[in-house]
Amino acid sequence: MKAIDPHIHMVSRTTDDYLQLTIAGIHTIAEPAFWAGFDRTSAAGFRDYFHILTVTEPARAARFGVKHYCWIGMNAKEAENLTMSEDVLALMPEFLDAPTALGIGEIGLNKNSRNEIKTLELQLDLAVRRNELILIHTPHLEDKLKGTRIIMEMILSEPRIDPGRVMIDHAEEHTIREIKDSGFWFGLTLYPHSKGSPERAIDVVELYGAERLCINSSADWSVSDPLSILKCANEMRRRGHSEQAIGNVFYDNPKTFLSQCPKFQVG
Amino acid sequence: MSPPYQTMDALEILELYFIENRARLLDIASFLDRIDRYEGAEAARRDYRYTAFQSAVDLLKSGAAGRTAAIQTIFSDPTTEPLESAVGLKAFGAWKGEA
Repeated sequence: MKAIDPHIHMVSRTTDDYLQLTIAGIHTIAEPAFWAGFDRTSAAGFRDYFHILTVTEPARAARFGVKHYCWIGMNAKEAENLTMSEDVLALMPEFLDAPTALGIGEIGLNKNSRNEIKTLELQLDLAVRRNELILIHTPHLEDKLKGTRIIMEMILSEPRIDPGRVMIDHAEEHTIREIKDSGFWFGLTLYPHSKGSPERAIDVVELYGAERLCINSSADWSVSDPLSILKCANEMRRRGHSEQAIGNVFYDNPKTFLSQCPKFQVG
Repeated sequence: MSPPYQTMDALEILELYFIENRARLLDIASFLDRIDRYEGAEAARRDYRYTAFQSAVDLLKSGAAGRTAAIQTIFSDPTTEPLESAVGLKAFGAWKGEA
């Protein structure tokens, strides 16, 4: 089957993973900017990182026939440093202009602090001024419900942002209903220890419907699996869903959301 | 009427998922036994994560619908005020309560 992984951190993966992706049928991926596993000490570190996302990874992916897109943003985990965040924001337009940059992300909250909120405000304003798609990171574990609500309130209070052009990612059972009812797209992440499993993700499909849903691996430097979306598709198959319904979740939906950026073309 | 994808009935779902969830249940039992066996078990059982875990286990047994979302809510911070600072903080999986 063909599938698109709309959220995967290839900078942390080996070149072998690109081969695994392509032979398994994942020929198009999108990589959000995020925490690199350590705190960077200056905006210069982000300049290098954005260069990797917009130049190095697309070239590495192309060797295996994979189309690599990216999102540019100041992640919430490092946004507590407001001075550095403002410096990073000043860099972002140059990289958002790259031919494979789809929008601003993943931005959002981590521990729901005032500086994180300020940094998110600045990036939402940049997104409005540039008419960018937005990819939202929601906090982990006990902070997710509160953070998701704060984020949605911030976005919904900005009438120039269309929720249909915003993906709220890492949604879970206790946040999905509010996200969907507010008109946003929502992402489910298949991450073994701290997010969802294939079984739970397909329960969500059955309980909430597949409309405005994208499922991703968020595979990165931690315990994660770049082929997890295909394992999840297989879970959907063994429950008796049709191939058309499976293709809708794992190919058509991410294509529809990401195609709102005119730079996006599937591989 | 069942949704079109439902080619299995509940008994078949039980059969399909029973063994792997039996193993998960044994992992949880083993985790709780491990806490009991180690020095400081009493303090661990008073920890906010342990008590939240026990509340979740109680909810699991309740038979109520929507247990997954309800358990997520047990572990969640229910407040609405932003934190003054995130310096040095990380997620623990359960809400500790107001500082």
